[in-house]
Parts: sequence; structure tokens; C-alpha cells
Amino acid sequence: MTDKLTMVEAVNLALDHAMANDPDVVLLGEDIGVNGGVFRATAGLRDKYGLKRVMDTPLAETLIAGISVGMATQGIKPVAEIQFMGFIFPAMEQLICHAARMRNRTRGRLTCPLVVRAPYGGGIHAPEHHSESTEALFAHIPGLRVVIPSSPVRAYGLLRAAINEPDPVIFLEPKRIYRASKQVIKTDTLPLDTCFTLKTGHDITLVSWGASLRETLAAAKVLASHGISAEVIDVATIKPLDMATIVTSVKKTGRCVIVHEACRSFGVGAEIATGLMERAFTELRAPVVRVAGFDTTMPYYRMEDHYLPQVDDIVRASIKSLAW
Amino acid sequence: MITDDQSAVVQFLDAEGGAVQNLPEWVNDQTTLIDYYQAMVTARLSDQKAVALQRTGKMGTYPSCLGQEAISLVCAALLRQDDVLIPYYRDLPGLLRRGIPLSDVLLYWGGDERGSASDAWGQDLPNCVPIATQAGHAAGIATAIRIRHEAGDPMRVALCALGDGATSKGDFAEALNLAGAWQLPVVYIINNNQWAISVPRAIQSGAPTLAQKGVAAGLPSFQVDGNDVIALHEVISVAIDRARQGKGATVIEAISYRLSDHTTADDASRYRNSNELQEAWQKEPVKRLRHFLHQRGLWDENKEQALKEQAERMIEKAVQTYLNTPLPTIADLFDYHYANTPDQLEEQKRDALNREELRQKMQHNEAVGGHQHD
Repeated sequence: MTDKLTMVEAVNLALDHAMANDPDVVLLGEDIGVNGGVFRATAGLRDKYGLKRVMDTPLAETLIAGISVGMATQGIKPVAEIQFMGFIFPAMEQLICHAARMRNRTRGRLTCPLVVRAPYGGGIHAPEHHSESTEALFAHIPGLRVVIPSSPVRAYGLLRAAINEPDPVIFLEPKRIYRASKQVIKTDTLPLDTCFTLKTGHDITLVSWGASLRETLAAAKVLASHGISAEVIDVATIKPLDMATIVTSVKKTGRCVIVHEACRSFGVGAEIATGLMERAFTELRAPVVRVAGFDTTMPYYRMEDHYLPQVDDIVRASIKSLAW
Repeated sequence: MITDDQSAVVQFLDAEGGAVQNLPEWVNDQTTLIDYYQAMVTARLSDQKAVALQRTGKMGTYPSCLGQEAISLVCAALLRQDDVLIPYYRDLPGLLRRGIPLSDVLLYWGGDERGSASDAWGQDLPNCVPIATQAGHAAGIATAIRIRHEAGDPMRVALCALGDGATSKGDFAEALNLAGAWQLPVVYIINNNQWAISVPRAIQSGAPTLAQKGVAAGLPSFQVDGNDVIALHEVISVAIDRARQGKGATVIEAISYRLSDHTTADDASRYRNSNELQEAWQKEPVKRLRHFLHQRGLWDENKEQALKEQAERMIEKAVQTYLNTPLPTIADLFDYHYANTPDQLEEQKRDALNREELRQKMQHNEAVGGHQHD
């Protein structure tokens, strides 16, 4: 049990506990040492664990991922920070061509137990390239896991589990809610293949992940004030996707609205909608609806609220589904 | 050592195997050079067999190491078993020297993941196809070695092989930069075979030498005649010792020539001048060492014949092992992606297994049906 912590403090605590627990866990990234990370996710850890285990790297994302792969083949468990997800693209070749494939291409002789953490998503009025949500790019890749927490408790528990996992995990931290709320942390790991039902209901299922859960939960409240009972699911583990929990819920409610910040097309929402078609076709009482970012470039911050799904968007989509 | 754009290529033997300067003392112990010669001949015959297997439809696309045997071999020969070799994809001689069976190498190029799986590989990385990406892995492995290193002990060493083409990539520059900044126990060896598929060295970079890219990273950097085993042994030994003593990384540009096509899927005659190729054949490493050994009375035709027969026997056995390796199972497609296979993947595996069973039943039925009509 801890004091009440924000999500970014919970990330810090998870890293601290993981390092205390396992001498093979090391941190690396840009500005994570003396500076403690631009969001302070690694604050204090260099002083506590030393230069060998908390490494300020040169400003080179390809390299950060590349040396993480190399270290991991030696049994080190690197937790790399990419400063913003918008800068992860130079690292993708390493993550896709090597981290995701090392176990398979050596039939388990070499493995890649690494975690890449990256703050992601919009809503903090950051400069260009700092606000995208590109989780689907990673979810498409065999051999990777993709995890997105939406609360301090889940950030702690999922990050500890991600570091323990023997395979590469892309751990995306919704920076808009880094300091949005505080929770007492129970220092347990959480499963990496299970959705979390945040609110039970019987009229409609609202599915989301990351920062959008704030708007989704607020929408559920609005719906409740109109007598509509919404079930709210936090997907949390984008890959592997726990369709069973979502299907069970939708079989009960018959309706589903999926909410995500990422562009609408070819995304995780499409995957969930297809899963519902495959497994809950006869129970669906309305078409699955997506409330998502547009298929546009993430606008600069003056217009970002016009891009990000808002509470009224979710309420309207839910009413449309209920009226079908 | 390269300090500016003045090249000073380390060389001991000329193209005819004559000494161009006083030879180092270790050369007097003939066993090392005879060993190098035997290993290079064995590698060249193995390489020829691999090409032949491709040409006869028994193996997939294969990148020959013809002409580069010396570089790969000497690197591997100078590593300790607990060091880590990070090869590129033209390192057959080095892989054999590391104790990796030829059948593994054939299996890999024959389209089977198990070619990189056997215990013989130790902690060495598999062949690396995406160019220069292994430079980062080598820096990471060297970082891991440094993290675990106990003060006073000799360091394990990571040795990374790349081609000249790889030096054009950012991965290479980023890795060298880190190796310099962190004084990593790693050796980068550039196999400058003059060609990045069809693009010649002259138009790959305006830098007079490739070695000087290491200078920019603050690393001692050398050019060495990559067809001269004595020069290679000298320069690579120094680099490995330096890393072992914790003094940091070295960059070596070993100058050679790709006597083969880029791969069996390539036809170099479309872009390569045949005079240049003929000239390169005069400088190649196997002939050069044979001349040297002949001149010293350390080698003769009988020994050559015996070596070739021994190599052919090893190769034939490896080819049989490769050709007789049964296909992996359908389950193998799924079982090595995750330590903890997700439910969805298990479900896809069950579907694939069921499909296989169904297909076999149908084939069986067709066979039975076919008989009735005969």
C-alpha cells in the first residue's frame, strides 16, 4: 500500500520495484538519468541504482531499440523510454524486424524480454509530432504485446507484468492523464491478456482504452442520468486482445460503442468490431459504432479538441445505437 | 591507424604471397597459418556447394562469401568461445569456425528457422539480413557485457561484421557513436567487398576511407588488406585485446572484393567490369596464402588433395543432414512467438492443425479413389 499516486508516479514506483526485485532490469533512454525523464517517470532512479542501470543514451531512437535487442539477447531486461511516441518510428525496424522475431527465428535460443515505454496521445497542447496514437501499428506485428494503462493502479500492475514478461512489450502511457487522478497502489502485477470492466451495465457496452476512458466514463454518467445503463470496458491489453470479455458484455447488452483517439480506419476499433461480428453476430441489436479520431493528421494543438473524441460524441453515438 | 583521410592499409603479404615487410613472430609457428588455410579452403568448398544446391533447386537464394573467406574466418578464429559473434549474411567461414555445423547454415538458407537454433550457436546472433541493424545489437551486447563485468576480470567481446553498404546507414553511425561514448567492448569489422549489390564503393560515400567513419566516433580505426590473413590476424587481435582490456571499441575496414554475384538471384555481369573482376581474382586470399605456404615448404599437392577430400566428406555429410531434415511441424509455426502463447494464437494453431488433418484425409481419399479408377 502506498500514498495516493498519480499515473506517472505509479510508473516510477513500478520501475523502482522492478529494479529492486531483479538486478537484470535496466533503464535506458533520452534524458532519463540526471533529468529523470521529461515527464519525471524515472526521477530519482539513477541516484538509487547507478549509471550502469539507468543509462542516458545519445539522442538516437534506432540505437535505443537496437541496443535493447542486443542486451535482451544476453538476458538483460531493458526498459527503454522513447520520449514521445511520435519519435518511435526510427525504432520500429528494430522492434518489428528483430525484437518481435528473435524468439521465433532462433526457435527460442535467443529471446527479447524488453519493454519500450512511450508517452502517447493528445490533449496536453504539445508541439507537432507529440500527440499521435499509433498503437495499431504495433498491434499488427506478430511477437509483440501492446499495453495501455488508464489509471495509476493499472499503470503499476501492468508495467510490473510487462517487465516480467519474457517477450517484447510496447507500453504506451496516455500522458494526458499522467497526473489526472491519484490512487493508492496495491503492489500487485496485473494480467497482460485481460480487459478490465470499470463499470457494469446492461443497456450498452462502451469499449475504450487509455486517456479516452475519461470521456467514456463521463459519457456513461450522462447516459445514466437519462436512465441508460452502460457497461464500460478498459481494453488495456491491446495485444493480445481479450475479446472474450468484450463479447460476453455485448452478448448481454446487444450494443457496442468503441471509443479511441487513434485515426478511425484500420485501427484497433476495427479489430474489435470484427471480433464482435464473428462471435456475437446474432446477439447484436445494432451495428457496432466507432467514435474515433478522424483519418486526418493529428492537428496542432489549437484544434486538437476538435479531433479527440468528446463526451457528447460518445453520448450521441450511444443514443444512435440504442435507437436502432 | 586512420587519423585523417590518408590511407595506410596494413599489409604483410602481396598478391603472390611474398612478404612486403617483416612478418610477426607468431607466423613462425606454422600451425596457425596452416589452420587458416585449411579452414578457408573448407569454407570455399562449402560455399560452392551452397551455390550448387541453389542452382539445382535444392536450396533458396544464397549470398556467396567467395573472396571474403579470410576476413570472416580470422575474426571468428580470434574470438573466445564465450565472446559473441554478430555476423552479417556473408559469414559462412566464421560460422563454421565458431563450431556451427554447415548443415545449420544450409538449413537457414534452405528456408528453415531451425538453421539458427541449435546449441552450437551459443549466444551468437543469427545471420542478419536487414543491413546494419546488427550494429546496434552488437553495441547492446557489449553494453550487457559491461553491465555484468566485474572489475579486474577480462571482458567478453562482441564482434560485429558488416558490409561496405552498411556504412551508409544511420544504424552504423549511431552504433559507432555509442561505442565511442561508452567505451564498449566491441569490434566492428567492415567487409569492404567494393559492392552494395550493384552500387560500387566509389559512389556509396565521399569519404576517402570507410574506416574514418570510426574516427568521427572517436574510435581507433584501421584499414587492412582483407585478403591477407597475417594482416587481418594482426589488426583484429589488437582490436579484440583492446576491447578485452576494457579500453573500448575499434573499427576495422577490411578491403577485399566480392568475387561472386551479390546472391544467387543476382547477375553481376550486368554492372561489373570483367577486367576489374579478373584483377580481383589475382589478389584473392586463398591463393595468396597457398603461395606463401608453398614458398615456405609448408604445403604441397598431396596435402591439398587430402584436405579437399576431407572437406568434401564433411560437406557431403552436411548436405545429407540438411536434405534429410524433415519439415517443421504446423505447430512450430505458432509455438515460438511468445513464451506465453496468447489464446487467439492457440486458436489459430488449432484451426491450422484441423485444416492439415482435413487435407491429409482428402489426399488419402483421393488416393484411394484414384486406385479404383485405374
